[in-house]
Amino acid sequence: MNWKAFLAMLARDAHVARRNFVALLFQTFLQPLMFVFIFGRVMVGSGYMPPSYKSLLLPGIMAICMVGTGIWAVAMPLIAEFQFTREIEDRLLAPMEISWLAIEKVVAGTLQALAAGLMVIPAAWLLLRPGVDLHVPHPLLFALVAILVALFSATGGLALGCSMQQTHIGLMFSLIVAPMIFFGCTYYPWSALEKFPVLQKAVLVNPLVYASEGLRATMIPQFPHLPLLAVVVGLVFFNALLLVTGLRNFHGKSVT
Amino acid sequence: MVAGIRTRDLRKVYNSAPPVAAGTGGFSFGAPKAKGKQPRPEIVALDGISLDILPGEIFCLLGPNGAGKSTTVGVLTTRVRPTGGQAFIGEYDVWQNQVAVKRLIGVVAQRPNLDFSLTAREILTFHGAYFGLSSQERAKRAEALLERFKLTDRADQMVRGFSGGMMQRLSIARAMMHDPQVLFLDEPSAGLDPQTRLLLWEIVREYNQSGKTILLTTHNMEEADALCKRLAIIDHGRVIALGTPQELKSAVPGGYLLRLRFGLHSPDFLIRLQALAGVREVRANDSNGADVYADRGGSLVAEVAALASGAGVELCDVHISEPSLENLFLHHTGRSLRE
Repeated sequence: MNWKAFLAMLARDAHVARRNFVALLFQTFLQPLMFVFIFGRVMVGSGYMPPSYKSLLLPGIMAICMVGTGIWAVAMPLIAEFQFTREIEDRLLAPMEISWLAIEKVVAGTLQALAAGLMVIPAAWLLLRPGVDLHVPHPLLFALVAILVALFSATGGLALGCSMQQTHIGLMFSLIVAPMIFFGCTYYPWSALEKFPVLQKAVLVNPLVYASEGLRATMIPQFPHLPLLAVVVGLVFFNALLLVTGLRNFHGKSVT
Repeated sequence: MVAGIRTRDLRKVYNSAPPVAAGTGGFSFGAPKAKGKQPRPEIVALDGISLDILPGEIFCLLGPNGAGKSTTVGVLTTRVRPTGGQAFIGEYDVWQNQVAVKRLIGVVAQRPNLDFSLTAREILTFHGAYFGLSSQERAKRAEALLERFKLTDRADQMVRGFSGGMMQRLSIARAMMHDPQVLFLDEPSAGLDPQTRLLLWEIVREYNQSGKTILLTTHNMEEADALCKRLAIIDHGRVIALGTPQELKSAVPGGYLLRLRFGLHSPDFLIRLQALAGVREVRANDSNGADVYADRGGSLVAEVAALASGAGVELCDVHISEPSLENLFLHHTGRSLRE
């Protein structure tokens, strides 16, 4: 393993992310924070939503921000760089096994997703306060879940980025990302689906459910949530599946 | 260590996807599904290429578009998986020892594939970092290459706005950044103006003089003639001729080629053409055209015209080529390199 090349590629991705920092900031946070403001502040303040919704919403918004960031950070550059310009070739020709380039992309995406997740907590808290009831009784468990969620976003980005054409980016968001968010228990807890038993079972194939419920379990454990063990098993399973799929597709795209 | 390049019976067959119109995709209601998969059309890109390129040599692959030049470069640079045969850079099998091979090679792709998220200088310094150069060394080499390729004034600009020629120059500078033993240049002068082309040739010669092996592909005979010590002419994935430019040019019967077009000619007329002094070979293209290989050019035209006039055959067009690699390609394939 050539760590020098690996770290140089990570430095390259960090350099590019720094250069696009302001645009990334707006792209990642604007929409979720507007949602937080309208649903958490305006609708709760006017009595359309119960006050407890503020606390329920925050972990879901954190999940959306992290998953959106990771997918965007990994999938979009891969889709672009494997297209006509083949920009990725200078890194494919670096003296390192090409699978490590895919793993480097996953590491870069995971770090960006973690940063987005940690940044959205104080921002959303400021918008929602007072009335947010955050408890993090087990910081290590919270860190484990946050890392698994960030990894899911990056492996998802790898799998999507290596199986999509540039012309299908719009389709990727409307057919995959949007349904994943709406059926991902982000704006409501999984237990709220009790009255829709078929839907409640069906959404379990959506990895985002485990992400939002996992963050709920570790940030607001006083509210109903999926068991933490189910969350960890679910996220590990989807991370492994997406990583294997992503690596296979990455090889397919890299070598003809 | 100076590394050479060796291939043995290299084959590459592409399996392209079936066309959309074949009706295998999308939704269908009621229509019975055809059983079994449709056979995928196979495209043979390399059909047994064997080459021995010596360490320190400038070797050229000359051939028309689609001949297999880029696929050969792709296999040799780990980017294309060979269907059969073997390829070596120095002592390393390309497919088995990809990382070791990548350390030895620098590659300039046919189309500029620069990292559009970076500036020109960053493209060079990050490339150096991928190859483990120290930051001081990276900065020094990048500065020298930017200067050599006349890019210093645009060094800190994003490459998105660069012209095609500037991108090509930067691609070559990047390939040289880690000082590779073997440099691959796939159609390096395509799209360059004559002045930049001369600069490129000068740089390639200079790089070769420092003991490096260079493999370049081109369909420009002038470039092959000017730069290469030896060259292989390839067509349809096969080597059809191999040698020094001089050897290859002298392999054309007579050297000169007269491409003639008539109103209509006859076999009897072609036999009489063959009998003219200095004519080595006559080939009919169709009922109107004939290629005459001869050891003289212009002086033969008057005799051909007189012969045609005497035989009642109308001579419509004459094109004379001096001894060239183009003539050799035409002699082997019956087609022009430009077709």
